Amino acid sequence: MYRMLLCLRYLRTRYIALASIISVTLGVATMIVVNSVMAGFQQEMYQRLRGILADVLIESHSMEGIENPDAVLAEVRNVLGEDLAGVTTNVHVPAMVSFRLGDQWQIRQVNLVGIEPETYSNVGDFGQYLLHAENRHKMKFDLRDGGYDERMNGRLDEAGWTHRRNRVVFDRAWQQEQVLRGAEAADVDGADASGDAQDPGTVAEPGEDTEVATADTSVTLTQTVTDETVDPFGTAADLRAENVFDPLQQIHTGIVLGIGVVSVRQRDTSTGQAKDFFLCRPGDDVKVTLPSAGAKPKPVHCNFTVVDVYESKMSEYDSNFAFMPLTELQALRWYPGAKNVTSIQIKLRPEANLAVACQKLREHFPVDIFRYRIETWRELQGPLFAAVRMETNLLNILLFLIIAVAGFGILATFFMIVVEKTRDIGILKSLGASSRGVLSIFLSYGLCLGAVGSGAGMVLGLLFVANINRIAALIEALTGHEVFDQTVYYFQEIPTIVYASTVSWIVFGAVLIALLASVLPALRAARLNPVEALRYE
Amino acid sequence: MSSSSRYQLADGADPVGPPTLRIAHPRNEEAVGLIQASEIGKTYRKGGREIPVLRGASVNVVDGEFVAIVGQSGSGKSTLLHLLGTLDTPDAGTIHYDGARIDSLPSQERDRLRNQAFGMVFQFYHLLPELSTLENVILPSMISRGVMSYWWGRGELESRGMQMLEMVGLAHRRTHRPRELSGGEMQRAAIARALMNQPRLLLADEPTGNLDAQTGAGVMEMLCSLKERQGLTIVMVTHDPHIARQADRVVRLTEGRVTDV
Repeated sequence: MYRMLLCLRYLRTRYIALASIISVTLGVATMIVVNSVMAGFQQEMYQRLRGILADVLIESHSMEGIENPDAVLAEVRNVLGEDLAGVTTNVHVPAMVSFRLGDQWQIRQVNLVGIEPETYSNVGDFGQYLLHAENRHKMKFDLRDGGYDERMNGRLDEAGWTHRRNRVVFDRAWQQEQVLRGAEAADVDGADASGDAQDPGTVAEPGEDTEVATADTSVTLTQTVTDETVDPFGTAADLRAENVFDPLQQIHTGIVLGIGVVSVRQRDTSTGQAKDFFLCRPGDDVKVTLPSAGAKPKPVHCNFTVVDVYESKMSEYDSNFAFMPLTELQALRWYPGAKNVTSIQIKLRPEANLAVACQKLREHFPVDIFRYRIETWRELQGPLFAAVRMETNLLNILLFLIIAVAGFGILATFFMIVVEKTRDIGILKSLGASSRGVLSIFLSYGLCLGAVGSGAGMVLGLLFVANINRIAALIEALTGHEVFDQTVYYFQEIPTIVYASTVSWIVFGAVLIALLASVLPALRAARLNPVEALRYE
Repeated sequence: MSSSSRYQLADGADPVGPPTLRIAHPRNEEAVGLIQASEIGKTYRKGGREIPVLRGASVNVVDGEFVAIVGQSGSGKSTLLHLLGTLDTPDAGTIHYDGARIDSLPSQERDRLRNQAFGMVFQFYHLLPELSTLENVILPSMISRGVMSYWWGRGELESRGMQMLEMVGLAHRRTHRPRELSGGEMQRAAIARALMNQPRLLLADEPTGNLDAQTGAGVMEMLCSLKERQGLTIVMVTHDPHIARQADRVVRLTEGRVTDV
């Protein structure tokens, strides 16, 4: 009984020992916070990758791609049987997207993906990352009236049909004025004139000419037509008068661009908030240049209308991808009516074994005959996951070292306490306390200190995690430095996940360290010669 | 009745019960001696040098006797007391308690003996500063009991502790910490603690050494009355001849030997 009583009394009266476990508290709190944030980031990344990538990917890197996808799909269905949950075919082509901003052409390199809107959502969360709510519900390559702003806080108010019409009307009025004002502009291409005459100050609000295809000789799917006011010679208009493209009523083939392609994320100088500055909005037209398939690839140009923007919050994807209808891309890349695809994405049932399914497919499509690359999404993103895991492990080791250092603090403090308590230990022994009893006083004292320290650390850490974004905001307000840079990750706030198992391991480890640190002092206390101890003053 | 069974009886006696429940010892056994030390030798090592403290000291204390051990500083009187109290083991010689040899007992047995049969009082009181006066008094009973048995018997133990405090006149101080008590009060609390488990032998190491004459006289009075009224056997170490004179018998230690009985 005296052991418990003394242990509790020491706990309550030895403040120096409590000071020594503050380091344990802080270590535990830090480890919980770091692990939660890392797990949050990892989970966020995992989900995003998961949303973008299907379970298994069959890719062909040949020029012609997979020429008979239906036959391959039939075989895939055959091989996977019950495990198959969804499948879709894609074409991936490197391409260049250009759009007009003021008098400048902005050029972006993209990975152009031809998708089947009906089936593409079956294999991943692609649809969930579109800005328009209806597109998230059911993807369509059509321009909507508006409603792109839902996730953008007023940065995409002007988008959709209204934006397109306003733009066309504005551009036409501008050009008309140019024509009326200066006859000298008559021999210059109207489109260029409108661009040249623009005030550089209006760059942020692009006065881009929607009829960019005026002087274009490219292959076009949607018939683009020049406007009389734009084309002073009117030749093109005359030739295709029966099929005039009216930008007020019509759009080109729809394209979905990643948010990183169409916008720049920058700090608003007035508020300091990270904001997306859109250079190109849904409703604007863009030009896409891609290589045609062939022994000597030739550039193919085509006009598109941006119908939606894609934000997966993985900057690598957001700044690299452009999506368009599969058949249109097949026509551009090969020939109209081509069935070729470059990749087949397969979604399995949630309980299916990914590796086994992948292995089956590999056996069915031997690489020496088919030259397909068949990989699971984990294999595709393996290095990234490995890197994150390594980072987490490394951080944990480093932080655990901090707790270990705290353990030495406890060791030193405990030795001090034992020295201070030498006389008391002698008294206890003279009253008949055994060496084991004295040992257990100090061991349970260490255990209690560890439990109190890591318990407090746990509470502190969990509170910190629960309020991490508020704390970050507070630190920002106090120091003026941004803690969490929203321009680095496309996250609005710091993601966190608390795993009960991780927390309990951390707490257990910290308690164990405190206990281990008290072993040596406790042994010393137990071995004290009572006569020496009593003589000690 | 064999000596070992008598020891067992004394040891096994209920430490909580009122003093009257103590096993009565026949008067004719007094001459045998409750505690006997014969030819004790003890040497300390200090920095490679051997310092002999006791060189064949013998002392025999009979039941109910009050013996004072006197001697110069360094004469080994405290060491002898510690050896009698099994806090240390002699290098030579034997110690018998109640007829049984105790110097070679295993440490658990010696711990039990210190807890049950001996009470100790020290010059510097040696109360635990973290505990209240009452808790300090009950401490020996706590040591001999586990959490559960203490919990069930705590009412009984506390009333016994209060009884002890009342006996030494400190009932009103029971919740005070030792640092809030005066020297005399602390020594009285220490005596109450020593008597908590109803020992047969009280070992006192300079109990008045740190007290002024008047307070010291009070403590001595208390020891004498304990001996008179409860038949407690007391071995007291002191360097003060005035204090020693109050004992039944004075044993003088000189250079590790008993020179004068």
